[in-house]
Amino acid sequence: MASDAIAVNGNEKEPSYLEYTGKGRGLKSWITSTDHKRIGILYLCSLLLFFAVGVVFGFLMRLELIAPGRTIMDPQTYNQIFTLHGVIMIFLFVIPGIPAVFGNFFLPILIGAKDVAFPRINLLSWYLFVSGGLLAILSITLPGGSADTGWTFYVPYSVRSGTNVTYTLFAAFMLGFSSILTGLNFVTTVHRMRAPGMSWFKMPLSIWSLYATAWVQVLATPIIGITLLLVAVERWFGVGLFDPALGGDPVLYQHLFWIYSHPAVYIMILPAMGVVSEIIPVFARRTIFGYKFIAFSSIGIALFGSLVWAHHMFTAGMSDTGQFVFSILTFLVAIPSAIKVFNWTATLYKGSIELGPPLYYALGFIFLFSIGGLTGLFQGTLAVDIQVHDTSFVVAHFHYVMFGGTGFGIFAAMHYWFPKMFARMYNQKAAKVAFWFLFVGFNTLYFPMFIMGWLGMPRRYYDYLPEFHIYHFISTIGSWILITGLIIMFTNLIRSLRKGKILTEQNIWGGETLEWRVPTPPPHENFEHIPTITEGPYEYKQNEEPQLEEVK
Amino acid sequence: MNTQEHAVGQVHRDDISSRMGMWLFLFTELMLFGGMFFLYSVYRFTNAEAFHIAAKELNTLIGCFNTAILLTSSLTMALSITALQKDKKKLSIFFQLLTIILAFGFLVNKYFEWATKFDHGIYPGSDTLLAMESGEILFFGLYYVMTGLHGLHVVIGAALIAVMTRLTAKGIINKDSFVKLESAGLYWHLVDIIWIFLFPLFYLIA
Repeated sequence: MASDAIAVNGNEKEPSYLEYTGKGRGLKSWITSTDHKRIGILYLCSLLLFFAVGVVFGFLMRLELIAPGRTIMDPQTYNQIFTLHGVIMIFLFVIPGIPAVFGNFFLPILIGAKDVAFPRINLLSWYLFVSGGLLAILSITLPGGSADTGWTFYVPYSVRSGTNVTYTLFAAFMLGFSSILTGLNFVTTVHRMRAPGMSWFKMPLSIWSLYATAWVQVLATPIIGITLLLVAVERWFGVGLFDPALGGDPVLYQHLFWIYSHPAVYIMILPAMGVVSEIIPVFARRTIFGYKFIAFSSIGIALFGSLVWAHHMFTAGMSDTGQFVFSILTFLVAIPSAIKVFNWTATLYKGSIELGPPLYYALGFIFLFSIGGLTGLFQGTLAVDIQVHDTSFVVAHFHYVMFGGTGFGIFAAMHYWFPKMFARMYNQKAAKVAFWFLFVGFNTLYFPMFIMGWLGMPRRYYDYLPEFHIYHFISTIGSWILITGLIIMFTNLIRSLRKGKILTEQNIWGGETLEWRVPTPPPHENFEHIPTITEGPYEYKQNEEPQLEEVK
Repeated sequence: MNTQEHAVGQVHRDDISSRMGMWLFLFTELMLFGGMFFLYSVYRFTNAEAFHIAAKELNTLIGCFNTAILLTSSLTMALSITALQKDKKKLSIFFQLLTIILAFGFLVNKYFEWATKFDHGIYPGSDTLLAMESGEILFFGLYYVMTGLHGLHVVIGAALIAVMTRLTAKGIINKDSFVKLESAGLYWHLVDIIWIFLFPLFYLIA
């Protein structure tokens, strides 16, 4: 142990993870640290930088679409920008968003462990993440420009495009590897490092969802790895595994791509559902309703979610039987998702609700995710899918689920755990104002896409017919409101890092899970003594706040 | 497995965790190759005849020889672990080196095999290959990609074992702490088992 880092009082107080520097100083003490909390912060910083880039690309795209015809960029640039927007947002923000940041930071604390099972592999995963991210973004500057294939890299175009598709493919490959390592770490940690007494059904629900996610990360990600690698090999050596000119089958590429990329949306949404499951009972001051149902629905989603990939390809050529089976399975996935939503609302029912900022974002999640989820069922219906396939209806659905869902989940997690992570309090009023901007902006931005998609506006198009103008116009206005909300939210949080009220209390929200029983900010090794767990994670019986009498 | 006592202090060692991590990693490798086996099965189903003809091009004898080499190397790998468990450090190092030599032998064979194909003008994008039927192009595409990726795994595996040999010589891997060597061994067996599937699927279908 580095003795210099021990606080002035000697052994009385363990240094917090922010103070404990290990071997190096300054930046070096961060980028060489294997402390799961520091790695979580590293992920947070790099992830938010990438997010900012993704937002700028999204903003430019919307700006281009504000009026028909050319507005600010040419079609080729537009193609590259929507590709990068997709690649960055998916691989660099939404997929690692909660597992790599909040999972890394809180998973060991929540199960009563000192670190993850493989701390060095954990750090390696961050390096892969950053390298992959930089590779994707820096490919813009290379001759030929960044990929213009869309984030799905469909062959044969991705084999023939003159842009630097290979770099983006490799970036995605590295990011996938990073994601695998995180998943591998979490599965092992959850199996092996739970505190004494923490049986499976005493784990917090966010651990259940991270655990389910980790399995999907481990088992599904290699498939996209090999698929993207095959496209790269095809570009380099002209091996014709997917190229129809050489006998290959491009539809097989789509299958392989979605075998990963559909489970990947559950990698994205499950951890956010876990966060919501943590926040709701804390702010409703109630034991969560239907603990086991929520826990098993996480596993159910991971399981069924891995079997529905071909619903992305109903129009790509598939047998009727295949379509039927994949449509049924798609409907089945809705069941565990709905179980969660019902249980959350049931938890709120007759709770003594305190409307803190994290709950705002969590409720935003439930509302937006429900819209996103239900419109997903439209597309799972075979006949309707023919109408809406590849229209902006799909774009709207996806953003409602992934941004309205996971994005708001990430924001909820940030507001929920920020005081614990940095021992500072942000301005709660500003956080709520930011929420309303985000919420209103979000709906203004994406809801018109449902309508114009239904009316036939194709996705990814640079230009459009005049009758769609009004929807695009409203949508672009929405993007400005949304970005205003983002600016308010992040300014508030970043400002609070220095100027926020200093916190010393362990349990600011009144939560019952383990992270609220360690000092703020958590000490270097989390626990002085590993706690012994005797009760479930959401037992609010000793809560000081009186439970309201039932009024008939 | 519900509760896990933690060793107090800095050194946290949990061999079961390490083994579990390795197995999970092997699952990812299986899925990685699984993607390609999936492609193989679909293309063979649609181009059964062409696969049959193209497979005649491969040299079954070299394939058999390489299979024997790899199987033997798995044996020597297992022996090296057993030797270490019985505290016979030198013997263990000997077996590890033997495994590396066998891996090298496999790669040399592979090199000659590929080189012959190249001489015959059969390589991705070559005129000879492009003149063939599309099913045969697919066969050789899969052949090069799958055996190539497998070869890459052989190289990585051999390098991994070399590191283990060094650690064994230094005494870091010893009778009481051999989980690293065991994990390297697991990886090596995976490389072996993938070949066990590649061999009949490419060489024995003619």
